[in-house]
Amino acid sequence: MSRWLTDPLLTVEGLTMRFGGLTAVSDFHFSVGRGDITALIGPNGAGKTTVFNCITGFYKPTQGRLALARTGVANPVEVEALTRSGRRFATMQSGDLFLLERMADHEIAQRAHVARTFQNIRLFAGMTVLENLIVAQHNALMRASGLTLFGLFNTPGYRRAERAAMARAVGWLERINLVERADDPAGALPYGDQRRLEIARAMCIDPALLCLDEPAAGLNPRESAELTTLLRSIRDDDGVSVLLIEHDMSVVMQVSDHVVVLDYGRKIADGAPQAVREDPKVIAAYLGVDDEAEVIAAESEIAAIAGDSP
Amino acid sequence: MAAPLDQKRPDLSRALVDAGFAALVTFGLSFPILALRTEQDMQNRLIVEPRWSWSVIAVMVVFCARLLAGLLSDWRARALAIPGALIAVFGAHMGVTQALTHGAGITALGLALLIGAFALDARLRDAPAPVAAPRAERADRSRLISMAGLAALFLFPFVMLAWLGPQGSLKWINNYGVQILIYVMLGWGLNIVVGLAGLLDLGYVAFYAVGAYTYALLSTTFGLSFWICLPLAGVLAAFWGVILGFPVLRLRGDYLAIVTLAFGEIIRVVLINWTDFSNGYAGISSIPRVTFFGVPFTAADDGFAAMLGLEFTPIHRTIFLYFLILCLALLTNVVTLRLRALPIGRAWEALREDEIACRSLGVNTVNTKLTAFALGAMFGGFAGAFFAVRQNFVSPESFTFIESATILAIVVLGGMGSQIGVALAAVAMIGGTEILRELDFLKQIFGESFDPAQYRMLIFGLAMVVMMIWKPRGLISSRTPSIFLKKRTAVAGSLVREGRG
Repeated sequence: MSRWLTDPLLTVEGLTMRFGGLTAVSDFHFSVGRGDITALIGPNGAGKTTVFNCITGFYKPTQGRLALARTGVANPVEVEALTRSGRRFATMQSGDLFLLERMADHEIAQRAHVARTFQNIRLFAGMTVLENLIVAQHNALMRASGLTLFGLFNTPGYRRAERAAMARAVGWLERINLVERADDPAGALPYGDQRRLEIARAMCIDPALLCLDEPAAGLNPRESAELTTLLRSIRDDDGVSVLLIEHDMSVVMQVSDHVVVLDYGRKIADGAPQAVREDPKVIAAYLGVDDEAEVIAAESEIAAIAGDSP
Repeated sequence: MAAPLDQKRPDLSRALVDAGFAALVTFGLSFPILALRTEQDMQNRLIVEPRWSWSVIAVMVVFCARLLAGLLSDWRARALAIPGALIAVFGAHMGVTQALTHGAGITALGLALLIGAFALDARLRDAPAPVAAPRAERADRSRLISMAGLAALFLFPFVMLAWLGPQGSLKWINNYGVQILIYVMLGWGLNIVVGLAGLLDLGYVAFYAVGAYTYALLSTTFGLSFWICLPLAGVLAAFWGVILGFPVLRLRGDYLAIVTLAFGEIIRVVLINWTDFSNGYAGISSIPRVTFFGVPFTAADDGFAAMLGLEFTPIHRTIFLYFLILCLALLTNVVTLRLRALPIGRAWEALREDEIACRSLGVNTVNTKLTAFALGAMFGGFAGAFFAVRQNFVSPESFTFIESATILAIVVLGGMGSQIGVALAAVAMIGGTEILRELDFLKQIFGESFDPAQYRMLIFGLAMVVMMIWKPRGLISSRTPSIFLKKRTAVAGSLVREGRG
């Protein structure tokens, strides 16, 4: 059942990210299975968001390879050939192959179809809900408008593309129950709706991999349940693989097919949710270590104080 | 207007205290600025010459105005009362110093206005608040207003010509019509960069200069006609827009502003010092004048007047220039409005809202910024070519930093991103400056040496301060969505970001 081993969409190898003397992520290996919901968890400051930023091109990794096989299972020989060729992406026999560490952020979204959301919501607050979803379809519309030239004269081809973009946006608004608020500014929506809108906006770029940075942060239990349903629907109905960072363990355990645990920039566990939950190293990372030596030292200290004052 | 009822009743003692405080502040401010004047005496020494009367007048004016504002709760009554009070004071002054009967008449008129204002206020206070018009009706009305405005713009020179004759109307068509429209166009051009894309550009005048020198040099050295040079000026300005755009791609906010400011200065300094190319400070003169598609506006037999069988007057050329700049400005507006509804325009606005989110959605921010710079610069270049053909003389003096600042002030004052707001701000700023030259009657109050035009910058600054308090986001701060599902609702200005670079 472990699809991340048999049919990986994204394979991260030896990812290291240093900021000056600080190593945020070191020699990190993991893969995201096609059609899986993969959760990346870990205590605060473990380097989860750094990994995200490397995958989506906002950081250039210090070392490592991030290979995304958009269609078909990547052949290691072909990945190696592409790496040696110095190119950023190519169409191989096994399908389209992208080396994300070489690509710019907007290219990753445009060509490799990796979409993301942000820990602190980044909607276009002064634009309407609908406009947010239309901006997400920028590249498709830009092509249809002939780099603005056809659009300037409003040719039938462009009008058709605009109608299609509109239909797609409305379809997403229906799924997240925001059709009624389509013409309201995004900044005026309640927090939970903004979270859902940001996910819908990322989905409008037609992604192969959707990266969600703490999508359940600040949501109430009802909204969390809605989010779980939405994530399952994205996986099952749209066939989009999801990679999420999340602190809310109930959400993680309910939806994920695969959990990767990061602590101090290193991977400490990787596997099915149940297996990870029972992993002693994960429990130690979250709850602290039962350190024999430390306990003995503390006990002797107390004894010494007690001895001083009889 | 939404104030609770008990605050609606004017309170004399509160108004007096308030007016007294305002007068005190005015005294504090006017004391160093107005009352103490330094002069050089015969021995070249600096002496202080007190002008207490000026300070006293300022204090009295502020006291009266504030008192009236305190006593009148409705803005319409205030608008009536303040000119009334001014006219009354002016009349009283005239009565004392010059003709008693005339002065008394004017004073009576002012007092009548004041009484009218109080009566109006009392009536309005008891009247119920007006109900806002339904949305559809308002949309119809705004379309009607814009059509009427357009018709008025096209009829303006003919109305002026018919009313004041060729001599009298020249000033109105040229100094008001053409001059304001140049700045409307420049404002709309800069609005693409600053208002839509949120990139603060302090060197916009450089593109205006590029356009002007393009026409000036190409026409004087190669004899190219204006209609060939106009697109070339746009293309060259856009090229320089991209040249400026590249190095500043990574800069934001203050840093971007400083580099663009430097760019504007570099262009000007090159024009001054590269004398072989641009003839330096002397500038380029005898640039060919505009022709009516090849027919010159001269008294000759093949001239425009002779062709149409009219009597020759220079006003024909001015009217043609008016229509030329009107068409160029409208072109800028139509193109900008269309671009706003296209992916590129939405990407500009998204860039202003959040650049990082843009990149996460696959928007190429490099291209987006460069197109904003290039298109904004292109319209600046068109305006520059027009400037050259209108003045038939260009020199670096016309392209100083103050021009960039004026254009930016128009954009900010109008409300960043709003086309109509920018046009209104251009009318207020440029028209206002011209109006100051007309206020000759002020000499009767302040003496012959008083020149209101010299107070331009003071008034400018005051207007800016008032705007920052009253409407910090500009005259029209709300944003119209580029696309809508059911109804187009304006987005409140407080939600729209200004862009940080």
